[in-house]
Amino acid sequence: MIGKFFRGLVTRPFYYRDVIEQFEAIGVGSLTVVILTGMFTGMVLALQSGFTLDQFGARSMVGRLVSASIVKELGPVLTGLMVAGRVGSGIAAELGSMMVTDQIAALRALGTDPIRKLVVPRILAGIVMVPILTVIASAIGIVGGWLVTSTLLRVASSVYWNAVVQGLYMQDVWMGLIKPFVLGFTIVSIGCHVGLRTEGGTQGVGRSTTNAVVVSSVAVIAVDYLVTQLLIVLMY
Amino acid sequence: MAKEQAGHRPALLDEALGPGGPIIVFDNVWLAFDDKVILRNVSFTLQTGHTKIFLGASGAGKSTILRLILGLLKPDEGRIFVNGEETDRMPEDDLMAVRADLGMVFQEGALFDSLTVRENVGYKLFEELRWPTEQANARVEEVLGFIGLSDYIDRMPSELSGGQRRRVAIARAMAAKPRILLYDEPTTGLDPITALTVDEEIVKLRDVEGVSSIVVTHQLRDAFFIAEHTVARSGRDVTFDRAAGHKAYEAEFIMLRDGRIAFEGTADELRAFALQDEYVHSFLS
Repeated sequence: MIGKFFRGLVTRPFYYRDVIEQFEAIGVGSLTVVILTGMFTGMVLALQSGFTLDQFGARSMVGRLVSASIVKELGPVLTGLMVAGRVGSGIAAELGSMMVTDQIAALRALGTDPIRKLVVPRILAGIVMVPILTVIASAIGIVGGWLVTSTLLRVASSVYWNAVVQGLYMQDVWMGLIKPFVLGFTIVSIGCHVGLRTEGGTQGVGRSTTNAVVVSSVAVIAVDYLVTQLLIVLMY
Repeated sequence: MAKEQAGHRPALLDEALGPGGPIIVFDNVWLAFDDKVILRNVSFTLQTGHTKIFLGASGAGKSTILRLILGLLKPDEGRIFVNGEETDRMPEDDLMAVRADLGMVFQEGALFDSLTVRENVGYKLFEELRWPTEQANARVEEVLGFIGLSDYIDRMPSELSGGQRRRVAIARAMAAKPRILLYDEPTTGLDPITALTVDEEIVKLRDVEGVSSIVVTHQLRDAFFIAEHTVARSGRDVTFDRAAGHKAYEAEFIMLRDGRIAFEGTADELRAFALQDEYVHSFLS
């Protein structure tokens, strides 16, 4: 399927309208859940780290901890997990239903390659939209951290934002941007693969949906570790 | 690719597949899924403008034959020709060209849930053939008029009854004017009146539009109606009569039993055969 995906990227026909629809479904559709996840993660991270850093008289360093953790790790991983839950399951259920109701066979009978029509637009949308969602989640998370730090921990805003900037290195930003490309590709590929292998009626669709969420969630964590290790070797 | 394969055909087969020859040929086709043999040495031909009706118990391999014709499945052995092209080993990309002349009505319709009736019927015209929008819309309205569902053009499939969905599936299959239509249990689960409407559409497409067709069913009433009726057109009116003369020989039955062809012939020959064969007799009664 992956080979056919790359061939579908560079050869005709290309279904532009489906690509735009998937950008909307995967990107805009996941915005709310990603914003809420980023916000509360930033807030709880500031709260927890604030009390821990207090023991060392380093409450002013909360911003450093929040920014480094969110940009490098929590932003990409939590966005990946949220997208795996929402998008991975949705794709597996949609394609699985199409399989068991013969809609995929009907597509082929009508002269359409299901990989080009269904898989290419979804994977493209995953590759493009997951990084954008991750940037939004990370930014909102840092803002959430600022809200808690300035109101509950009573740290001045300027101190927090200074610490945020000091805590980030260019390599961290690159790491936070590269990981979601790989995660987006992984999550959507798994959803498509599992969906297109569905058999066994509605029970099969249920099984595929569960499998897609489980496999892609575990894959997010595993791929995150592997990419992190690779990037550390290459960039640090 | 397909032309190269055709070049390697024996001369006799080349002649048989030439102008005026059969539009579909199955030549000693075998297919098994794991240990279960689905089709055993199946051979038949479909002449242009004729109908073959496949009868048989569930699991006899009827629907599999349609999927083999479309290239959705590949046979383990034997050869399949569609429109003179050997399709049994043809790669998926080349099959797209063969499928351009084929339409398939799937069991339960297999309409695309997220598209309206207009988008479903015009799918091939809009998405694959890239007809100009006005021309494609005109064709969609024409075929929906043909099957009597013009008022449902902007509805979603979920808003249609089972019979309407089946008729929209027929409209979708015929929209791009294929020369061959394949029907997989087109009337199963429908009430007798709606089933008759679907049967009439199949006969109309064959006799008015000249479409060659293969019908897979175990609804005997529908099978005999399709085999034994013909349609006459005068102006906008169509009338259904009993097929007579050469028309009575243009529809043939094939009965499958355990993956083999147990009978092939006309409706009258099937009735006569049922008197000698216990299995066919019990199937028809």
